[in-house]
Amino acid sequence: MPFIPHTEADVRSMLDAIGASSIEALFDEIPSELMVQSLAKVPEGLSEMDVVRLMRDRAKQDEAVLNFAGAGAYEHHIPAAIWQIVGRGEFYSAYTPYQAEASQGTLQLIYEYQTMMTRLTGMDISNASMYDGATAVAEAVLMAERSAKKGPRRVLVPESLHPAYRKTMQAIIEMQDIEIVTLPCPDGALDPASIAAIEGDFTALIVPQPNFFGVLEDVDALTDAAHARGALVIAVVNPMSLALLKAPGSWGTGSAGADITCGDGQPLGVPLSSGGPYFGFLACKKELVRNLPGRIVGRTTDLDGKGGFTLTLQAREQHIRRAKATSNICTNQGLLVTAATIYMSLMGPDGLRKVAAASTQNLRALRERLLRIPGVEPLFAGQHHFHELALKLPKPAADVVEALAARKIVAGVSLGEEYPGFGDPLLVCTTETKNASDLDAFAEALADVLR
Amino acid sequence: MSEIPGDLKFLKSHEWARVEGDGKVTIGISDHAQGLLGDLVYVELPTVGDRVEAGNACAVVESVKAASDVYAPVTGKVVEVNAALSDKPETINEDAYGDGWIFVVEAEEPGELNELLEPDAYAELLEDDDH
Repeated sequence: MPFIPHTEADVRSMLDAIGASSIEALFDEIPSELMVQSLAKVPEGLSEMDVVRLMRDRAKQDEAVLNFAGAGAYEHHIPAAIWQIVGRGEFYSAYTPYQAEASQGTLQLIYEYQTMMTRLTGMDISNASMYDGATAVAEAVLMAERSAKKGPRRVLVPESLHPAYRKTMQAIIEMQDIEIVTLPCPDGALDPASIAAIEGDFTALIVPQPNFFGVLEDVDALTDAAHARGALVIAVVNPMSLALLKAPGSWGTGSAGADITCGDGQPLGVPLSSGGPYFGFLACKKELVRNLPGRIVGRTTDLDGKGGFTLTLQAREQHIRRAKATSNICTNQGLLVTAATIYMSLMGPDGLRKVAAASTQNLRALRERLLRIPGVEPLFAGQHHFHELALKLPKPAADVVEALAARKIVAGVSLGEEYPGFGDPLLVCTTETKNASDLDAFAEALADVLR
Repeated sequence: MSEIPGDLKFLKSHEWARVEGDGKVTIGISDHAQGLLGDLVYVELPTVGDRVEAGNACAVVESVKAASDVYAPVTGKVVEVNAALSDKPETINEDAYGDGWIFVVEAEEPGELNELLEPDAYAELLEDDDH
């Protein structure tokens, strides 16, 4: 039964009042060729019992799979306490609440989240989160352009940035008259010398760390090179890697570090869930705060002198500033941020460091095993990697992925489609969830299908 | 409400302009405007060297409850900005017609000044708004 409270008589009297013949007539300004005539691909409805059975069958296909795919979504162990706490009624909300200040607990949690993210990234201020990593990168670019005022409206984006992030960014910014200059990375990473050689001004350089190939970029030299050209540096990072790597706030030699840091927060306690929902994070230096989109929670003192939390810097948001707001984003991913905050609290700095270290050690161990297989070579020899590695195989990666799927192993992600110039390499990832026998099983199965 | 100085001219959108005699025009927002905005927390200044056009937004004043554009009363090049406002935006609340000035423009078309409101006309406008 649809939950529509209006009776047919209600609808009729409302239509009569505005002089429309039917509900469809309200949409007659849409040309008929643009209207969907039928939803041929959408099946008829099923009963709840049938849906449960269907979904249980589908879920079975995911069981007992050994997963070596990363490419932006990472399988980390999530302690059981985290989603148990997230599911409590006090926390269980998707957004910053309306009448936000009435929910002091939620605001405190977001404030703690912001504090943790600034510590992890070395930035001065973080917002309350974005939809996902891809939209966070797009917002970072728009932010850089706003702060440059009448800037060159041109950003440098290496092809080593996640392909999905690049597509999303293009969809969001291309109508805003901002040129995206894609920088090739034939060796798997950006060459800092190439930045100095770029002709014409640019507003910002995007530096992914680690990049989509799992390779560590020369962030210090890249930061210096971009700053020397008067451009901002946008760091796109895996937050888990920051437990081991230099925080973007300290990138560069003696300079002030990256100006904006963003990325996807999924590795921090958010399950893979077939691709989402995840959350994005966005943090920056203090001087850019007026251009930071989204919600920000601040700490304050009330009239009675008691401490409390409040939404702050709202004057730049769309409910006040309308069309001139810094962004059309006025919300955050509250539930996933709650999980990430609890995850970071339970793990602590040492826990995060252990997870990151085990992930990268596992990659080294896997690499050793896989390179023993005849015909398997690193795509970018000589580069340093975090927990992901691109491999050249003697067979097309897409076929290998399929063959291993039949053995309940997700071998990785085939890069042939997104990077045709590199042949068809396989991007593999290890996290702390793998042990030596998992690595052995993968190596044996791969050797077998390549035979 | 404080006395409106007689040497100022106004836009309906509550900016004031003072002709400094050497072709330069100092610009700020009226005492009435700062009162409506409440405590100012931030001023986004134009950049020295920018060319502004009469009627176009070129600065932003932000209070705890709103962010408003500041429109240029005249066309010309920005030759000076009140950098002290970056640290003390509340100066506009305290002295809107004096130390709270926002920027100075080298006017290209002095004729534009004649289109601005005289203090009396602006005061009348405010009275009409009150009713």
